[in-house]
Amino acid sequence: MNTNFSREVVLSDDEAMGRAGMSRRDFIKGIIATGASISAMGYVFGGCAGDMSSAPGAVERLISLNVNGRVRRVDVLPQETLAMTLRYKLGLTGTKLGCDRGECGACTVLVDDVAMYSCSTLTHRVRGRSVVTVEGLEGEDGDLHPVQRAFIEELGPQCGFCTPGQVMSAVALLNINPSPTREEARVAMSGTLCRCGAYDNYLNSVMRAAKEAS
Amino acid sequence: MLRDMMANFELYQPTAIDHALNLMNRYGDGGWVLAGGQDSFDWFKDRAKKPGAVIDINGIDDLHGIRETADGIEIGALTTLTEIETSALIKEKYGVLADAARHVASPQIRNVGTIGGNVCQDTRCWYYRYGLDCYRAGGNTCYADTPEGIDREHCLFGADRCIAVSPSDTAPALVALDARMVVVNGDGEKEVQAEDFFIGPDVDIMRMTILQPGDLLKSIVIPNTWAGARFYFEKVAERNTWDFALVNIAAAMKVDNNAIADIRMACGGVACVPLRLTVVEEVVKGSPQNGASADLAASAASRGATPLNYNGFKIPLMESLVKRAIRES
Repeated sequence: MNTNFSREVVLSDDEAMGRAGMSRRDFIKGIIATGASISAMGYVFGGCAGDMSSAPGAVERLISLNVNGRVRRVDVLPQETLAMTLRYKLGLTGTKLGCDRGECGACTVLVDDVAMYSCSTLTHRVRGRSVVTVEGLEGEDGDLHPVQRAFIEELGPQCGFCTPGQVMSAVALLNINPSPTREEARVAMSGTLCRCGAYDNYLNSVMRAAKEAS
Repeated sequence: MLRDMMANFELYQPTAIDHALNLMNRYGDGGWVLAGGQDSFDWFKDRAKKPGAVIDINGIDDLHGIRETADGIEIGALTTLTEIETSALIKEKYGVLADAARHVASPQIRNVGTIGGNVCQDTRCWYYRYGLDCYRAGGNTCYADTPEGIDREHCLFGADRCIAVSPSDTAPALVALDARMVVVNGDGEKEVQAEDFFIGPDVDIMRMTILQPGDLLKSIVIPNTWAGARFYFEKVAERNTWDFALVNIAAAMKVDNNAIADIRMACGGVACVPLRLTVVEEVVKGSPQNGASADLAASAASRGATPLNYNGFKIPLMESLVKRAIRES
């Protein structure tokens, strides 16, 4: 009996989540979503109204964002970057933060179809614009985007950390240039680092996506 | 040092120039004008600069876009580098500027970064950017210009306590094109030659341009003097993407019967300002566009250069770029 008790106590997080039928990813996202709703509640009920009152004419903190086709209300600090809002307020953790300095490209998202670093964009800058993250690429039926399929077929990623940024860069390129040369693709993809050095695999993927779409 | 979230600031997003100028006057030194933000956010995240108010001017429509005027073009300060790189008008008539814009940073940064921000960005001296209290930051020492200082990316010309260099790729192109900067403040509007817009530490060690608190760069005017001339731009950096130039060069040239009728040339990465190479211009004007003129130009270009401990390589690098610019414009 004593043994059983100890065993129960040393259950790892993974085991606990496994028993509850959850993946680690769902668990983390659940935590983020809870945090976001608590902070929004604070605003609605005036919990932190003191901090909210900004100088006249300065931006309002509670704003609507159009992310992946859905309009979402969110409480955004004046100095908050889009990457922070996406990951820690909206639970969209597909967008990765690598360097947080606009030097790696893992956080690349599309704003009105233009690729930019979400770590180097203020969330207040994208009010009224359409933000698309890697989560927003799949079709309504859950099918992967042609670029995502090509990345799988060509074994584009190695470790996968930079992949969301690479996918978004490729989607931005093919939106404006559906049949790029390999050199054009190389330039378009140059703003996203891959520390595994899988650049050629990524280029193969982009060229395949372009070919299959034509 | 905190390196994750930016410190608090008030954020304003004015939609008219007057409104922005009022805010800039209200906050003075404590205000920060934000264009694309690709330089600003590094300062804020490293907490090396902590403005009380950030004035995001991106919503001001009058500051965007490229217009053809009677005697050239006018480029709004908030025109992105991608817009400049892909503009048919700029590519056709002022190709050296499109070429320079194409060499800045990375595609994502060019999509957001503006021409105004590119010319107004602060220097990349790593001691200064780290937030040390050097001369440029208001202190009384230079950390780069010491026996142990790593000064390989610093200046060859115009050192005056500070040895930082101009980081911009578009600035030399604008000097070569004889552009004018339109600056607006509460008292009205004025135009300044691109060459005079940039200032060295001998003029003011804490600024890289003539802009004072309350001044806003509104647009850049390029006269049609050099429209359709022969151009040359080259940037040498350790990486093709992201990296700043070790040395870059921009030239505009008019050739008549294989003789160089007129020329303007500017070099970045060798001084605190984009350095106009007037001696080179004088030396080659009237000479044939050939290797001999290029050799003469190269030795004239580096005359007076004062290398530091680790940046001697910049002298032959600069000479080579001048040679190529003369031969291949």
